[in-house]
Amino acid sequence: MRYAMAIDTKKCVGCSDCVVACQTENNVPIGYCRDWVVEVMNGTYPQLEIEIRSERCNHCDNSPCVRCCPTGASHIEEGGIVLVTHHRCIGCGACISSCPYDARYSHPDGYVDKCTFCHHRVVKGEQPACVAVCPTKCMYFGDLDDANSDVSKILKLRKYKTLAPEAGTKPQIYYLI
Amino acid sequence: MKTSRREFIKISSAGAAGLAITGSALKLFAGKDKELEKLLKSGEVKRYPTYCEICFWKCAGWTYVNKEGKIWKVVGNEEDPHCNGRLCPRGTGGIGSYYDEDRLKKPLIRVSKNGKQEFREATWDEAFEVIASKMKKIAAEHGPECIALFNHGTGGKYFTTLMKAFGSGNITAPSFAQCRGPREVGFNYTFGETVESPERTDIINARCMVLIGSHLGENMHNSQVQEMSDAIDRGITLITVDPRYSTVASKSKFWLPIKPATDLALLLAWIHVLIYDELYDKEYIARYATGFEELKEHVKDMTPEWAYGITTIKPDIIRKTAYEMANAKPSVIVHPGRHVTWYGDDTQRSRAIAILNALLGSWGRKGGFYHPSKVSVPDFPHPEFPQPKRTWRDVYPDKYLLADEVVSTGICDASIPGLGSACNFKGWIVYATNLLAALPDQRKTIEAINNLDLLVVIDTMPAELAGYADVVLPECTYLERYDILRNSPMKEAYIALRMPAAEPMYDSKPGWWIAKQLAEKLGLGEYFPYKDMEEMLDWQLKQLGSSLEEMKKIGVKKLPQFNSKLYFEENEDVEFNTPSGKIELYSQVFADHGFDPIPVYQPHPEPPEGYYRLNYGRAPMHTFSRTANNPNLTDLMDENTLWVNPRVASEWGIENGQYIWIKNQDGVVSSFPIKVRITERIRWDSVFMVHGFGQTNKYYTRSYGRGASDTQMITNIMEDKIMGGTGMRGNFVTFLTEKPGKEVVS
Repeated sequence: MRYAMAIDTKKCVGCSDCVVACQTENNVPIGYCRDWVVEVMNGTYPQLEIEIRSERCNHCDNSPCVRCCPTGASHIEEGGIVLVTHHRCIGCGACISSCPYDARYSHPDGYVDKCTFCHHRVVKGEQPACVAVCPTKCMYFGDLDDANSDVSKILKLRKYKTLAPEAGTKPQIYYLI
Repeated sequence: MKTSRREFIKISSAGAAGLAITGSALKLFAGKDKELEKLLKSGEVKRYPTYCEICFWKCAGWTYVNKEGKIWKVVGNEEDPHCNGRLCPRGTGGIGSYYDEDRLKKPLIRVSKNGKQEFREATWDEAFEVIASKMKKIAAEHGPECIALFNHGTGGKYFTTLMKAFGSGNITAPSFAQCRGPREVGFNYTFGETVESPERTDIINARCMVLIGSHLGENMHNSQVQEMSDAIDRGITLITVDPRYSTVASKSKFWLPIKPATDLALLLAWIHVLIYDELYDKEYIARYATGFEELKEHVKDMTPEWAYGITTIKPDIIRKTAYEMANAKPSVIVHPGRHVTWYGDDTQRSRAIAILNALLGSWGRKGGFYHPSKVSVPDFPHPEFPQPKRTWRDVYPDKYLLADEVVSTGICDASIPGLGSACNFKGWIVYATNLLAALPDQRKTIEAINNLDLLVVIDTMPAELAGYADVVLPECTYLERYDILRNSPMKEAYIALRMPAAEPMYDSKPGWWIAKQLAEKLGLGEYFPYKDMEEMLDWQLKQLGSSLEEMKKIGVKKLPQFNSKLYFEENEDVEFNTPSGKIELYSQVFADHGFDPIPVYQPHPEPPEGYYRLNYGRAPMHTFSRTANNPNLTDLMDENTLWVNPRVASEWGIENGQYIWIKNQDGVVSSFPIKVRITERIRWDSVFMVHGFGQTNKYYTRSYGRGASDTQMITNIMEDKIMGGTGMRGNFVTFLTEKPGKEVVS
């Protein structure tokens, strides 16, 4: 089993619903976030193009955050989901520095926090909160090992890219372009 | 009449006492993931049906409440066609309106103390006593119709009942003259029907959609955005006309970066191409329309070449896009937009849009405009309302002749003695709309308020307007109250229930309770003949074949018995609700009233040297100024920015991220500086900012002084003579890089 997410930059309108849904679902304190929206504009008026991306932890196959964690708090769960065990985290921040995606933050309660792919929902067969809420349905989540999952099907149909592939982390968020 | 000027009172002094209540509530679950999982598994989390009140789309959802009875999250109801289980960011962040510690907490009454006006906290009974005695005094001296109601939102219904019972029919909402009024009148005088809300656009089945300045996606009109996204998957051709590279422009096959204020010329050129290249739906026009020959003659010279000189859109692009529309017909939508009060000829522009849709045969067709269905909810039996002796119409016998709703700015103007008409209004009751942000020209609004004998504000938040009120009544948020059933028109007829998920916080109360209590104080209790909303809702639901008990479990219900046919049948004879019974390409009614029977392009004033046209719009995470202080939504966006083209910025030597003040053509300077966003996405002749920021009320602790207010800059109103719309896009601003009034002595 290998969980992954595909996000359609052609449909995303950058509304940030994924951000607020994550915050309320996971009780992320106001002022912090586990996912965020990036808009990249290129060109000069009127020859312009925009790519809009909802970004988060890439749940990398080759995850530097897990390798550098001194306590084992950062670990890989079944399905490749990278998680932080809060009570084992000493808040040293090594993982924050190692992440090429800047996907982690220090929670005010003293541990490092980040996207969990909504592990608590996924184990019950639900979609992550960001995927479930998205008004444009631009996010696809599922098991890459299952050829019939939403994410496997869309990746077969569409062109995609990953972020910072040069970092060699084997990220599992795919952007449809 | 009041002689002393009404001082603006900052609510902070009176409300500070109740501040500390919910500080920890927001962090409720922080760091307790395991407990949360346990809770969910054990079923100790409860959910209550609601429909959203953060905007007018009113998506139905579920409010989740944890074991301690604390509201946790709001999630869309999967059965609801307004949201299909997916709320927008504002709906998801709607819990912020509940937890906002800056909420109104107690009724407030304006008092004079040591020569200074201030609010004192009061009991509900005291507040009702003050309001009732002032209302009775106004009624005795001037007549009950001299009190007007401004409302926006679901609870306006109860205050409408109160006003009608009291004897006034002067009930208005800024949503007409400041927003969608021109399109409703324009479509009504073409098709004999209005566009309605939610709009009857069949986007999911459309093959082509044209957006005229409409920024779908930045306005999160939920199901419309969802349908557009699905349509993108299916390869819809989007044509976006906007001087700004909007989000949807970036998704469009064609973006037409039009010169601002020239849209009508483009529309007429498209009409020209459709007619003279014989691309229009001939059978449809022959069967359903009247005035085709007049239209054909009218647009004879309005070629793409003619429009090029006006709009700066190249003739071949105008032709190409006209052919795209024609190829998709009748599954094509030239979108009517929503906020369309721009240049004062907006009803005519909306007419041109309607005519274009008629030529494409899209009205009443799949992929065009469908016929909506709506549940008719029976009224709880109450006595007949008295007939008002005068209405707002008597103030304006010769103006706004084709307005089919009350013109809010007309009421405002008629509250100022000597301003064009006799002063007729002495009291305003304002429900859930911050008129200082909703009505253009704040100076005039404040002048009108200064002349009132009574201003009552009912709201959940101490919006700027509340500072001018005689009495402020704190309503609880939509998550804490029952309301009337939602029965908005959609493809199928649905009802949705809103019920409280928690007890009202502080001393806030539901709107229905406030109106009913006030009615009883005025001796009008018989118009609210139910004990509470549960009794009324259960009675209504039983008439509809459901019950409150059932609706509490399901939240929304489809009532197919109210469904009507979505589209015209092939070759069906249709009687349109117009004077001719046909689609009116030429409007005799307009001609009879002295208006152009077919739209005519007229140039609008252009910005003087060094000034830029102020365009404004929405961001997906905010609604009006209503969400400006919502903790969850300000976390996503806590100030607006001024979009400036790089060429303009370099001329001025302005840097990205720099804070500047803006000054409009009438010398009005923004109260606060606004951050510059230098971007290629805006034309060099205009600037853009998101509406609803620049709050002047210090009690809005998260949003006070953040960004600038577009409304403050809108002092030039281009009035739509047909229906009283207030065209707001004829305002021009220049930049002040130093704080105004700064003096340097050396």
